[in-house]
Amino acid sequence: MADSSAKQVLFEPIFSNNPIALQILGICSALAVTTSMNVTLVMCAAVTAVTAFSNLAVSLVRTQIPGSIRIIVQMTIIASLVIVVDQLLKAYAYEISKQLSVFVGLIITNCIVMGRAEGFAMKNGPWLSFLDGIGNGLGYSVMLIFVAFFRELLGAGSLFGVTIMPVVNEGGWYIPNGMLLLPPSAFFIIGLAIWGLRAWKPEQVEEEDFKMSRHTVKEAF
Amino acid sequence: MEHYISLILKAVFVENMALAFFLGMCTFLAISKKIEAATGLGIAVIVVLTITVPVNNLLYNGILREGALGWAGLPNVDLSFLGLLSYIGVIAALIQIMEMIMDKYIPTLYAALGVFLPLITVNCAILGASLFMVERDYTFGESVVYGFGAGLGWALAIIALAGIREKLKYSDVPEGLRGLGITFITVGLMSLGFMSFSGISL
Repeated sequence: MADSSAKQVLFEPIFSNNPIALQILGICSALAVTTSMNVTLVMCAAVTAVTAFSNLAVSLVRTQIPGSIRIIVQMTIIASLVIVVDQLLKAYAYEISKQLSVFVGLIITNCIVMGRAEGFAMKNGPWLSFLDGIGNGLGYSVMLIFVAFFRELLGAGSLFGVTIMPVVNEGGWYIPNGMLLLPPSAFFIIGLAIWGLRAWKPEQVEEEDFKMSRHTVKEAF
Repeated sequence: MEHYISLILKAVFVENMALAFFLGMCTFLAISKKIEAATGLGIAVIVVLTITVPVNNLLYNGILREGALGWAGLPNVDLSFLGLLSYIGVIAALIQIMEMIMDKYIPTLYAALGVFLPLITVNCAILGASLFMVERDYTFGESVVYGFGAGLGWALAIIALAGIREKLKYSDVPEGLRGLGITFITVGLMSLGFMSFSGISL
């Protein structure tokens, strides 16, 4: 039983309860970093690590934190972890950390991290919380990599910076779709991805605000 | 003066926090179902940004920056790695203080904005504006103007989105796209509209 619930905690957020598509968490810093696969993978690794370890840390001290100041305590834990990630990136992947610019810092306010710390780690043991952090980080990564895959492939004709479809400017045949490198395309891709996910898992469809009456055409004659 | 006006226009239209940098998206999508709520949140964001960005600017230039502690006899100390922790601390503390002051002296405003203030602590637009301010090395005056402009741009975007969504709920949207999906696509189209400003050089 304990085994299956650990598995559930780990895999549930990937498709059935995806943080981006269903819980509307962590979209903030997600979209701007998806123009190329390299940058996206680094971002995903950073977010997964921060979520997992902040969940672990919050869960370890959860019985000691007074309820009224828990937000501040969580913030401090998360901010310290993000500083570690930021310094590591600056030391070992300086180019990518320049491209990510402020978005590494924005992991602090990424609602996934706060949301999981508050919603899961405050109520569960350290091991399950750690798995929940990894699961949600992965759910976030799946969505981001999906978006980045299409944006880089169709927008620049390459993946991980390696040319897949040679573009016209360099003597190839593929005319790149420049719009996919611009911000709005990320919204379209996520919107369509949510549509696809919900067509596959219809229980995620939201209730209608108003019921449409059936469309009837009056006979003119 | 001209410099400040161009800075404010740039912050509102060309570098719109929500539609060009995707900042504050969580609250942007969650609280944009009703125009009144969106207006309240928008005003709260403007107020908070106009205060926190300059305060963080003072903190950065006065304490954290490399060599800023020269007056204390520590010219070689570079505390800028503590930036993230201190900005978020300043933001959380200022919002708490604002909440208390508003509750005591302007209860009507508190009643209108109160529920939104805690939400703003985790709004990435607030921290994002402070980080952009540091990255672009704004002076104190510029940071006041930038904070206000960034807030105004965000408020404009969320009120516009709320207006669209209020109309949208009467339309017949395909099942899987209902709710979140169509909102994403709407925001994408709005963002495409705002991109027409990007050609403007100020």
